[in-house]
Amino acid sequence: MTDSKYFTTTKKGEIFELKAELNSDKKEKKKEAVKKVIASMTVGKDVSALFPDVVNCMQTDNLELKKLVYLYLMNYAKSQPDMAIMAVNTFVKDCEDPNPLIRALAVRTMGCIRVDKITEYLCEPLRKCLKDEDPYVRKTAAVCVAKLHDINAQLVEDQGFLDTLKDLISDSNPMVVANAVAALSEIAESHPSSNLLDLNPQSINKLLTALNECTEWGQIFILDCLANYTPKDDREAQSICERVTPRLSHANSAVVLSAVKVLMKFMEMLSKDLDYYGTLLKKLAPPLVTLLSAEPELQYVALRNINLIVQKRPEILKHEMKVFFVKYNDPIYVKLEKLDIMIRLASQANIAQVLAELKEYATEVDVDFVRKAVRAIGRCAIKVEQSAERCVSTLLDLIQTKVNYVVQEAIVVIKDIFRKYPNKYESVIATLCENLDSLDEPEARAAMIWIVGEYAERIDNADELLESFLEGFHDESTQVQLQLLTAIVKLFLKKPTETQELVQQVLSLATQDSDNPDLRDRGYIYWRLLSTDPVAAKEVVLAEKPLISEETDLIEPTLLDELICYIGTLASVYHKPPSAFVEGGRGVVHKSLPPRTASSESTESPETAPAGAPPGEQPDVIPTQGDLLGDLLNLDLGPPVSGPPLATTSVQMGAVDLLGGGLDSLIGGPNFVAPPAAAVPASLGAPIGSGLSDLFDLTSGVGTLSGSYVAPKAVWLPAMKAKGLEISGTFTRQVGSISMDLQLTNKALQVMTDFAIQFNRNSFGLAPAAPLQVHAPLSPNQTVEISLPLNTVGSVMKMEPLNNLQVAVKNNIDVFYFSTLYPLHILFVEDGKMDRQMFLATWKDIPNENEAQFQIRDCPLNAEAVSSKLQSSNIFTIAKRNVEGQDMLYQSLKLTNGIWVLAELRIQPGNPSFTVLQLSLKCRAPEVSQHVYQAYETILKN
Amino acid sequence: MSASAVFILDVKGKPLISRNYKGDVPMSEIDHFMPLLVQREEEGALAPLLSYGKVHFLWIKHSNLYLVATTLKNANASLVYSFLYKTVEVFCEYFKELEEESIRDNFVIVYELLDELMDFGFPQTTDSKILQEYITQQGNKLETGKSRVPPTVTNAVSWRSEGIKYKKNEVFIDVIESVNLLVSPHARTPPPQPRPGSRRAARCMSPVTSRVHPPAQVNANGSVLLSEIVGTIKLKVFLSGMPELRLGLNDRVLFELTGRSKNKSVELEDVKFHQCVRLSRFDNDRTISFIPPDGDFELMSYRLSTQVKPLIWIESVIEKFSHSRVEIMVKAKGQFKKQSVANGVEISVPVPSDADSPRFKTSVGSAKYMPEKNVVIWSIKSFPGGKEYLMRAHFGLPSVEKEEEEGRPPIGVKFEIPYFTVSGIQVRYMKIIEKSGYQALPWVRYITQSGDYQLRTS
Repeated sequence: MTDSKYFTTTKKGEIFELKAELNSDKKEKKKEAVKKVIASMTVGKDVSALFPDVVNCMQTDNLELKKLVYLYLMNYAKSQPDMAIMAVNTFVKDCEDPNPLIRALAVRTMGCIRVDKITEYLCEPLRKCLKDEDPYVRKTAAVCVAKLHDINAQLVEDQGFLDTLKDLISDSNPMVVANAVAALSEIAESHPSSNLLDLNPQSINKLLTALNECTEWGQIFILDCLANYTPKDDREAQSICERVTPRLSHANSAVVLSAVKVLMKFMEMLSKDLDYYGTLLKKLAPPLVTLLSAEPELQYVALRNINLIVQKRPEILKHEMKVFFVKYNDPIYVKLEKLDIMIRLASQANIAQVLAELKEYATEVDVDFVRKAVRAIGRCAIKVEQSAERCVSTLLDLIQTKVNYVVQEAIVVIKDIFRKYPNKYESVIATLCENLDSLDEPEARAAMIWIVGEYAERIDNADELLESFLEGFHDESTQVQLQLLTAIVKLFLKKPTETQELVQQVLSLATQDSDNPDLRDRGYIYWRLLSTDPVAAKEVVLAEKPLISEETDLIEPTLLDELICYIGTLASVYHKPPSAFVEGGRGVVHKSLPPRTASSESTESPETAPAGAPPGEQPDVIPTQGDLLGDLLNLDLGPPVSGPPLATTSVQMGAVDLLGGGLDSLIGGPNFVAPPAAAVPASLGAPIGSGLSDLFDLTSGVGTLSGSYVAPKAVWLPAMKAKGLEISGTFTRQVGSISMDLQLTNKALQVMTDFAIQFNRNSFGLAPAAPLQVHAPLSPNQTVEISLPLNTVGSVMKMEPLNNLQVAVKNNIDVFYFSTLYPLHILFVEDGKMDRQMFLATWKDIPNENEAQFQIRDCPLNAEAVSSKLQSSNIFTIAKRNVEGQDMLYQSLKLTNGIWVLAELRIQPGNPSFTVLQLSLKCRAPEVSQHVYQAYETILKN
Repeated sequence: MSASAVFILDVKGKPLISRNYKGDVPMSEIDHFMPLLVQREEEGALAPLLSYGKVHFLWIKHSNLYLVATTLKNANASLVYSFLYKTVEVFCEYFKELEEESIRDNFVIVYELLDELMDFGFPQTTDSKILQEYITQQGNKLETGKSRVPPTVTNAVSWRSEGIKYKKNEVFIDVIESVNLLVSPHARTPPPQPRPGSRRAARCMSPVTSRVHPPAQVNANGSVLLSEIVGTIKLKVFLSGMPELRLGLNDRVLFELTGRSKNKSVELEDVKFHQCVRLSRFDNDRTISFIPPDGDFELMSYRLSTQVKPLIWIESVIEKFSHSRVEIMVKAKGQFKKQSVANGVEISVPVPSDADSPRFKTSVGSAKYMPEKNVVIWSIKSFPGGKEYLMRAHFGLPSVEKEEEEGRPPIGVKFEIPYFTVSGIQVRYMKIIEKSGYQALPWVRYITQSGDYQLRTS
């Protein structure tokens, strides 16, 4: 007897009958009734009215019945929240059942009941299950934490489940580890800021070990999690890659793709000269090819991803053209993707083969596929110059077939070929003209008209041809109308004598009889041009056109990099970033490939970049409204006023107008004048009385190092936001001069010229001291390094945060704005060493409210090292003392605008790796303290 | 990360059964699926991934059913498709066939399986052999309260249960190679050259692979575009306890590692393993070591894109005289060793869909017109190497020509050659070690068959 019998009852009063059966004393009858209820639920009938009766069946020792009741609960609990409470007791009880299957079932179902009232009752059972002795229960409980977090995130955090979940990453059972990783990733994805998956070399090692032992799905969870990690240097990247590559031999395509994702991402950090880099490239090709023998849907995902990989690293698959040849029985979506990849892989070496294939495809019957094949021939011609001639002749062969849509596609691509190779293939125009009458698609008509206009001087009957289109002018689409207007004007400029009438006709059609503003405007422009200055008209209309670029449909590089981080996911299939299709802000974190680092620089991990912007986080682009924009737009983008750098650094301590009007609020007036009585800082109290002498005995004999600390360059302006221009940079200070070290990269497909830079008014008057000098035009994919000298004589305006700098960069394409934070230590001047007496007096003088306390952790340096490090960044040690085994340093520094900052640095020795530095800062402008502290931290930790 | 809900729909798009895993997508969204699918199909833009508003549908089709997963997030698409196929596999093992009726007849167990296969969008246990140990078709069995989680579910060895016993311990190894071939009807001007200096060119010269011939630009009637061998090694394991197995092949890389490069060896270009094989070990020293699942399974698959002389070569002339007739001449040639015999050869030749009154003449075997597929199937039971056979067919065509154009389907060939592998791969040994120390016998069988074997027609 099969289950289908349960579907058959459709009588009236069914619910009533079921109710009676559910309350029957006989176990068997009860079970049958529950099955009937579930059957009704399955076909979409509303059986929620039976809720109490079904829940009553919950307490049973029959596992099958229990499962069905649980299933019912999951479906209807939400609509019956009050009654769902009835189920809580059973859940709690089941979570302690001796049978682990029942414990797991209970904890699994609990989490699926999305009723707020219930969730809090579930915490205790969940806590027990997370520590259950049976791994089957633990792995289920791990997932339950993610479920609960989805319902009530706060509750989960308060209950400390996240920590328990993190502990499960070290569980002895690989399945539990895998589910814990999956749950944590899921939670982290919806709370990007939580830093839950705090990955470090130790936890990575655990994951890599579990990778060898868990199921195929667990391997995917772990690999996807690994892909979010940024190794600290190339050595670590390589060692992870080495342990991930065996996964490429897994039978499950999804495991392979996730492994490819990790490898593609971490490869970014490996130097191309490395032997290992070449090995890895070679290892990637075969598994990618094998993915093409998977089921069609998986093939499709693989092909969409290969499309990205081929753009990012063409060398991987350059010899594998043949595997992308289309098979007769491939689904159309596979065929189209293969075609696209074939074009991307086309090169001089394989073009003959590719063309023969494309020609074959162009004679198939599927119209969409044929069209794409014909277009592909044109793309080959443009991409591989040596093949252009062969492509053109192939296209001509295809035109001879007289198949309407083939002819039209061919003409559209031939137009592009003319744009790329002007004055080379005009001999084919005659053949094209023969097919004029068969063109019925606007794009093809427009293309043909363009060709006739462009080569009017070589076509004897160009006027007749164009005139024939003019008859039905108003029935044409806008595209054709515009093209026709331009073509006739071109014709007129080339053969003015015989075409005057024609041009007048088209101009009046376009300007007087048309409702289309674009067409009218273009008509008027031509008309005026022709009537005022025919020579100028010629220069405008017949101007030389820029060549079309090689590949028009490449994915923009920054987007491509982002998509590489999403290999295997929907984003990689859509070729769109997740932010484009995932609802709301949840789960949308921009990912970017890790920067390439050499192991020698391993200590300068990007996390410690002082600019205040963590790596990967893009600097804010200046909002484009308000008077700020006015300011920036009014800036003269020519060479800025130059002035002697550091000219104003001599402002005396205590002068009120330190920064000009803009910073008045920064330096509170009243605090300034009257030093309070108890001027000696608490921490300084004892030593001052007894040991003033030795306090000031210190002669600063620390050798001067050249130049202050320079942070690694960070991306300030991503190419995505600046039409292909990427700017990264950092600030340096060297022997008294500040400069901004820039790296400009052209990621667009056109040449960039005419660079200029300007700063908005800022807190310390930073301004370029010389114009931005980019000597040669910046061609695509080229990078230049520029050091831009800065001075501090620009206009001053207090910014929020204080060290914010808004920058405008102009090139031939547009003006772009971005903002960045500069580290304050570039403003520390060389004569910042205060006289000792002066130091004491000033320290007393500055009110206690202005004192700020900070801690610098994990800085395993002794007093000598600290002061020498700081001195190289113009923080001067005036005195040193030892109090109760602690070293005290008294230091001063001066900013470019004359503000003095006084510091007391207490070094608590102990376990070298846990040294804590206590920093007290006093300054008349307390706003700067925070930034000075950051500068300390940056300098000391690098 | 993954699926929010999974649906099984009938051919009209009506949900037969579904499971909501995450509750973030309203279940009613599935109603949009079928209209969307139909619309995309009409536009010629059908893809395995469709989206409606913010909901994404990832779907596969199995016989007359659609399996659809929904998600709102940037899910791992390859994971979802693999999971859907795995689900089909599990259902097929449970119900023999997965179709509308089997879902209805077993809806209780389908629910149970859906519950066990995935949790909150994360695939869990998907090994049907293991599932069958604790989710059984006879619900009654469970009432005894004996049911426990088999330790296998969460073991590192999640594919084999402990305590398996056989009287006679045996392993059957099947080495099956499928030849995929794509032939163009046109001889190529510049013939495909092996890449100069490439590994492949070098391989052709080594004495080892005497069976692998240089590019087969042999017949005036066409050229080989693509030729690859996809091999699989399938095991049938009847072994007691927890045996450790080690399989030795004449793997080129292994031979080079161990300095036996003079022996006959095969370069496997890409190898994929069942999850039981220790991948890191293979990566280290090319050892294939594993604890096998019980019964049938596919241990590994490999691919070689070596150009092989096509085993059965077809020359064809298809002449179409519009409004009157089609004349077909097909010549088939066995290009393998004389001692070998290809069995069950079937050559399918496309004919126009409006053809009628077929007449055939064959030098061997029989020809049959299959109007529902628009092909003639020429069957030859046994085809020895080196032989050449001929078939002629004649069809009438109606005087009124059809409107729509027809594609040019390729000629397909099916065959099986036992006791032979094209690549020359050999099982050198199969070591079986179990702590009880029993002796077990491995049996090896080789077979070569046609895979995707297509010859385009002009």
